[in-house]
Amino acid sequence: MFDLFARVFGRDDASKEVAKERLRLVLVHDRASLSPQALENLKNDLVKVISQYLDIDDQGFRVDFSRDEDAMALVANIPIRKKVNRNTL
Amino acid sequence: MGEAIVITSGKGGVGKTTTTANIGAGLAQAGQKVALIDADIGLRNLDVVMGLENRIVYDLVDVVEGFAKLKTALIKDKRFENLYLLPAAQTRDKTAVSPEQMRDLVGEMKEEFDFVLIDCPAGIEQGFKNAVAGSDKAVVVATPEVSSVRDADRIIGLLEAEEKHHPSLIVNRIRPSMVKKGDMMDINDMIEILAIELLGVVPDDEFIVVSTNRGEPAVLNPQSRAGEAYRNVTRRLMGENVPFLKLEEESQGFIGRLRKMMGIKG
Repeated sequence: MFDLFARVFGRDDASKEVAKERLRLVLVHDRASLSPQALENLKNDLVKVISQYLDIDDQGFRVDFSRDEDAMALVANIPIRKKVNRNTL
Repeated sequence: MGEAIVITSGKGGVGKTTTTANIGAGLAQAGQKVALIDADIGLRNLDVVMGLENRIVYDLVDVVEGFAKLKTALIKDKRFENLYLLPAAQTRDKTAVSPEQMRDLVGEMKEEFDFVLIDCPAGIEQGFKNAVAGSDKAVVVATPEVSSVRDADRIIGLLEAEEKHHPSLIVNRIRPSMVKKGDMMDINDMIEILAIELLGVVPDDEFIVVSTNRGEPAVLNPQSRAGEAYRNVTRRLMGENVPFLKLEEESQGFIGRLRKMMGIKG
């Protein structure tokens, strides 16, 4: 039924949008020559290094590529668990 | 001094050979002196698409190895006296030729011809490197599918690595009715993703099968939509500014025309 509505009233789920989204993702990895597995390893290494200096929430830790036109960036979001003690720094 | 253009894609089966044959025949029809090189050693096909398979005596490897002179190995097309084919060897493999040898050969041919078109094999290994070596310009063929666009992106990167800058894109087998329904990527989607200049848009056309059956490039048929698209590509290669085919019109129907008249998009 929903499918029928979607057909009649124009679809947001047009398969070309799915194709474009999948392509964008796969190309980001291709262009960086970095597989999803390698990205996972990179993330784990980052956690290890940063943990030596800060108490971070490794569950909330996110690393991914972001693409804006021609420029590409590696973006890391690193939540810190508790306030850093000034005296130790 | 002519120009050498390599036709490449990465993925197989997207229409490199058909594109090479049609651009070649189109340029010859427009009066240019053209040579086609089938660089797909071991899997030659440009000869059958051109309908010249019965005339092969010597091939690319014979010329490179000095076994035959270039002039003797070139097959003259039966339709145009200014169109020639250098076929690939069928019983050898890609390693029979080196990129340096190809560069020399293409250089020699450019002195004789206005255009030298090189049909590149699928893949990214030595066959690709051989085909690209002597080229001045690269044309990337892609169909509006995820796998083809992905491979095209990879090829564009590899061309850059071989210092072949600014390749242009031919979008092949586009189906206007599917694009309209949102079930096929359109030209803008592909250009945006690949960040590349557009050289041609070729609609999916059953006549291509007929023309391949007969060994007569579709560009020679005034009725073929794909042929028309290839004629436009050849004119662009000769430096003309030709607008791209309006593909949506044929499937638009009455309501579409009405909407257009009233200026409603979509």
